[in-house]
Amino acid sequence: MTWFRKRKFTTLRPPSQRSRIPEGMWLKCSNCLEIITNKDWEENLKVCPRCGHHERIGARERIRQLVDPGSFEEYDAGLVSTDPLQFVDLKPYREHIEESRRKSGENDAIVCGMGRIETMPLSLGVMEFAFRGGSMGSVVGEKVARTLERGLEHRVPVLIVCASGGARMQEGILSLMQLAKTSALIARLGQAGLPYFVLLTHPSYAGIMASFGSLGDVILAEPEALIGFAGPRVIEQTIKQILPPGFQKSEFVQEHGFVDLVLPRKELRPTLARLMRFFGSEPATASETRPAETERASENSARIIESFGP
Amino acid sequence: MALSAFDFEQPVIDLENELKALQELNPPPDNLAEQVSALRERIERTRREIYDNLSAWQILQIARHQARPRALDYVRRIFTDWTELHGDRAYGDDHACIAGFALLDEQPVCLIGQQKGLDVRDNAYRNYGMMHPEGYRKALRVMRLAEKFGRPVICLLDTAGAFPGVGAEERGQAEAIARNILEMSTLRTPVICIVIGEGGSGGALGIGVGNRVLMQQYAFYSLISPEGCASILWRDAKFAPEAARALKFTARDLKELGVIDEIIPEPEGGAHRDANMAARLVGQAIRGHLAQLRAMSIDEIVEDRFQKFRRIGQWEEIETAP
Repeated sequence: MTWFRKRKFTTLRPPSQRSRIPEGMWLKCSNCLEIITNKDWEENLKVCPRCGHHERIGARERIRQLVDPGSFEEYDAGLVSTDPLQFVDLKPYREHIEESRRKSGENDAIVCGMGRIETMPLSLGVMEFAFRGGSMGSVVGEKVARTLERGLEHRVPVLIVCASGGARMQEGILSLMQLAKTSALIARLGQAGLPYFVLLTHPSYAGIMASFGSLGDVILAEPEALIGFAGPRVIEQTIKQILPPGFQKSEFVQEHGFVDLVLPRKELRPTLARLMRFFGSEPATASETRPAETERASENSARIIESFGP
Repeated sequence: MALSAFDFEQPVIDLENELKALQELNPPPDNLAEQVSALRERIERTRREIYDNLSAWQILQIARHQARPRALDYVRRIFTDWTELHGDRAYGDDHACIAGFALLDEQPVCLIGQQKGLDVRDNAYRNYGMMHPEGYRKALRVMRLAEKFGRPVICLLDTAGAFPGVGAEERGQAEAIARNILEMSTLRTPVICIVIGEGGSGGALGIGVGNRVLMQQYAFYSLISPEGCASILWRDAKFAPEAARALKFTARDLKELGVIDEIIPEPEGGAHRDANMAARLVGQAIRGHLAQLRAMSIDEIVEDRFQKFRRIGQWEEIETAP
């Protein structure tokens, strides 16, 4: 049988195409295949300098990019799902969860806490797409709710960074009810006169968009992120037509009036800082800001400065 | 009206045929009356046995039955002076959504409903009860009107889901639903929501944030259709009955999970067997809850609704390394 496997000729790559660069120093843009040095890649916040492609980044990296170094203090990291429906599909939901915890290093699909942007404090939650597609079950809903409550408690703005395919199927109706829980708290934040910011990243769909993802006082989005209610496949099956080009991309959504501003990654932090100032945040004085400390600071060291006026 | 039977009712149909054959026997047997009443009893017993042990998949079939009473069937039977208001004052009028005011025992109430079609033509007009953004915005406009004049809001949920289409996306389907959910949580008037058939995910919840959420016995309320769920999680839609069981979407499940407040009983065999009786039972439930809510202050009503949804969800907290 060996002749089946034998190739007629071997393809030797000419030396010029062979990588002569040590591992880990270079990488290739997944969109345009441009070769970029690791250093440029990091400095450019994982956006391709040639084609502008925004590579997906995880929740912790997003937090590093957005908040002042060392200012992030995580809350509610230990919230985990109890598998309330005892759900079993091709395998038990508990095994799906274990696998996602192993792969992503997170306990569920969002990282929440308090941090500062240009010294101004805020309460933030950043969704982790690597954990079951950023899907929202009871844990994500509860953590978003608590993030909003921390905003109310400390009178600081709230930011939620979305990256999610929707509500988590394995928690059924309980996942759906998180839409109501989180939206009700956004109403309260608004009544308290505190700003609520949303950043939509690729992809932001369904359950989160039918709740906190669509309710920002200001909604920012990264370029080319897919944003919508129903997924493109579901729509194509319903209307039996091919969808128009650019459909549900952030630029399309901005054009239709549901996103305030599509911004390249580098402009997110300074823009958020400006918006916070427009809506009442005040930079802390030097004595108020804490010295840099490790990211996963213990809870009892939490010291939140209430500098949000009036 | 011819009521198509469900597969799972076959044992009852067999017995009914047996009964018919017995009654047509010529000459009739001496103990005909005795035999007939025995058989009738057996039919009742069999029917009850079937309906007491319905699977989630069978309940879904009853909830989706073409002859099941629709929102307007309940509106006409329970309320008087129904006056429909059309349009969202921004884009258009969504026929999948009905909104307006009526009297319940001489008291004005606001009614919002998802209206499925009665036949093929009506379904085209009603878009199968699947709302567009303008439907949610119409509902919110009329609910705000109810708040302004201190009238309670009653919502009848019956939809496979919000419509997934290009226009719906372009006009902000997600935003419309999210906005309704947020605004409904703050409405300064009592809100009662009743799932009368299909409670299709966010599309249903878009008019579903109430002080009381009630469900008819054979209605279901789910994050996703079992067909959709099966095609994603089982990678094959034919596992829909399995997905139906796993999703725990029946009224009994939701009561246990603390999502709904009461199960409204239905006539035996489902609401479509006796719409008048079904409406009487729904009306009774509305009156009971409305009386309770009317005894509360507006601040209490708003707080009650907030706390109801704030509580929903299950999780545990584990130690994490600092």
